[in-house]
Amino acid sequence: MRSDLRFDFRVDKANSTMTIEKEFAARRQLVWDCYTKSELLDRWFAPKPMTTKTKSMDFREGGHWHYAMVDPGGQEYWGRLDYQTISPIDNFTALDGFCDESGTLDPELPRSNWDVTFTDASERTLVQTVISFKSAAELEKVVEMGMEEGMTSTLERLEELLETLEK
Amino acid sequence: MVQQLGRGSATVSELAKPFDMALPSFLKHIEVLQSSGLIVSRKVGRVRTCSLDPQALAAAERWFHEQRAIWESRYENLDSLLANLNGGKDEI
Repeated sequence: MRSDLRFDFRVDKANSTMTIEKEFAARRQLVWDCYTKSELLDRWFAPKPMTTKTKSMDFREGGHWHYAMVDPGGQEYWGRLDYQTISPIDNFTALDGFCDESGTLDPELPRSNWDVTFTDASERTLVQTVISFKSAAELEKVVEMGMEEGMTSTLERLEELLETLEK
Repeated sequence: MVQQLGRGSATVSELAKPFDMALPSFLKHIEVLQSSGLIVSRKVGRVRTCSLDPQALAAAERWFHEQRAIWESRYENLDSLLANLNGGKDEI
């Protein structure tokens, strides 16, 4: 990440909220496009070494983006972002959630609320993303799920390692 | 309440003091936090003392850390993508 561009990640535990601020060296329309067009989202949304693939995209209020983050082993993690309000090129709000390949949401897992704001910052664009959960209990559920997944992938890696050692 | 517990254990009546709430409904809140695994409590005689569950807190801490790493990596990708789309020149 370019060090001259601001990146700030704040956690407010009392309100189960994360606030991420990032400056980009591009005009606002282009940054907005990168957030709202699936062919562009596919090129950045998943953290490395994962890749992003879009199953469907309907960027309008009431529509959703159905996507997967795919790890190098081919394992797919499906999610959907349901768009609630859209004010081009200033702000959109959405509900993020875990789902399966057919787009069916996991009823066990709470959804987080996204509020994404785009502003001009001299020659740059500032994006503020506020991700919040309804309660500490909801956040806790997601944390637990994350831990289980983390645990599984660690076990899988251990298994892979053992296989290579046995050869 | 979670903030107060961050400073150390406290009894239910100490925790209830700042809230204008009947004790039975306050106890319901405690129960919810307990079932979420965020706090633990023990009763000695007639006094129930609550404290934050250090394990649950450590897990949340780790999760936030992971989220930060995810956003950092994701935004690294977006910085390069924007540089590509701008054709390497500043076209602002």
